[in-house]
Amino acid sequence: MALPHKESSPIFADAAAGTLRLIFYLALACVLMVLDHRNGWLQRARYAASMAVEPIYRAAAWPGEAARNLRTAFTGHRDLVNENRHLREALLLAQARLNRMNAVAEQNTRLKQLLDTRRMLGMDVQLARLIDVDLGPARNRVMIDAGAREGVHTGQVVIDAHGVMGQIVEVLPHTSVALLITDGNHSIPVVDERSGLRGVAHGTGAPDRLVVSDIPLSADVKVGDRISTSGLGGRFPAGFPVGTITKVGPDPSGMFAQAGARPAADLARSGEVLLLRDQPEPVGPPKEAPEVGPLASPAASDSTNSPPAHARAVTQR
Amino acid sequence: MNRQRTQFWIFTGSIIVSLMLMLMPLPQALTPLKPYWPALVLIYWSLEAPDRTSIGLAFLVGLAADLLDGALLGEQALRLAALTFIVLRFRARLRFFPMWQQALAVLVLLLNDRILLLLVRLFAGDPRPPSSFWLAPFTGTIAWPFVFLLIDDVRARLRAKEA
Repeated sequence: MALPHKESSPIFADAAAGTLRLIFYLALACVLMVLDHRNGWLQRARYAASMAVEPIYRAAAWPGEAARNLRTAFTGHRDLVNENRHLREALLLAQARLNRMNAVAEQNTRLKQLLDTRRMLGMDVQLARLIDVDLGPARNRVMIDAGAREGVHTGQVVIDAHGVMGQIVEVLPHTSVALLITDGNHSIPVVDERSGLRGVAHGTGAPDRLVVSDIPLSADVKVGDRISTSGLGGRFPAGFPVGTITKVGPDPSGMFAQAGARPAADLARSGEVLLLRDQPEPVGPPKEAPEVGPLASPAASDSTNSPPAHARAVTQR
Repeated sequence: MNRQRTQFWIFTGSIIVSLMLMLMPLPQALTPLKPYWPALVLIYWSLEAPDRTSIGLAFLVGLAADLLDGALLGEQALRLAALTFIVLRFRARLRFFPMWQQALAVLVLLLNDRILLLLVRLFAGDPRPPSSFWLAPFTGTIAWPFVFLLIDDVRARLRAKEA
């Protein structure tokens, strides 16, 4: 057998075999990474392993939570704290609604009610809490304590009382992961609330900075302007505050201007967030509406059905 | 037999604790300073119990960390496998270094680990990380003597209890 021989002279005999093994594992890791990068395997593996993984997250978040609880226990009475929390949740909802209303009112005056007010006013949200877990400095992400079983799905928009935080990118049964707008890979279509200029705000990886790039040099953007979601692209509904412009200057190429912005949402804080339930209407042709009313005959309906269904769907928008 | 089992539990326990520490949140300002705990624990075990550790085991620990951390499956597996390989290769020398020299070696290992990470990130198409990216190896170096002494102490105590 090879094993006892190896142990007899561990310094030298192992070298060649060790190198081979290293190469094998490095290759395996590379293959895994490429497959994961292409197919999103990690997410599926995590969903499968969630029974084991989710308790670990809760356990890892526990010390931080315990420290916070200890602090609140020392500063006030238990029920006062509870009441405070309820009030805070209510305030969060109210403030989010208020922000929303402000934005809607401004837009209404400017855009002369071009937008569908029915959809703008009804805001279906779900309250969730952040789980205090560090997911590594590579991505700006947060973990939320609601998952697939609570009706969360990928692509939902996450907001707090002050503005847009990000969007759900990964869902586990009782936990989900949201990508923050400050992540280097995240972009969000925005509009300058004062001048109406549209642009795209990219994350920078820094927790307090966004960059709106490729603005024409002559465009009307000033420090202090508030930017909000423009609703283009169909992912983020229009009118949520995104941030405030802090800096305007030419970009490295000198052909365009570039603006730095501070996110409006309180991204560093841990607490409650709201998940928007109503997705904006998906881009693409409208779905065929179900048939309504009596039909003359199956043969006639085939030829006449599709144009009215299409027309109906269009008028709904 | 019993002693073997205690050693095994210390081994598994330390790795699980290191993974938990990796997930544990720190205040925003301190986050870039967080040492790469699983690497420190694996370095310890590769130095002190090379029959227990292997590149394959480091690979599995890395996979578990990837599963928890969720950046890219295989990323930490690659880093930890490379790290363990280097430690096992130079074990005979590293083991008998005085503590400060060992800490320096750990610093080099952790910096090498960061370079690997940077390569993987750039290949994956991520933007260049901020300069605070390079701080963690230094805190890891500072943490190393404590990790070493702590695990050593726990092991020695349990051994004394059994004897």
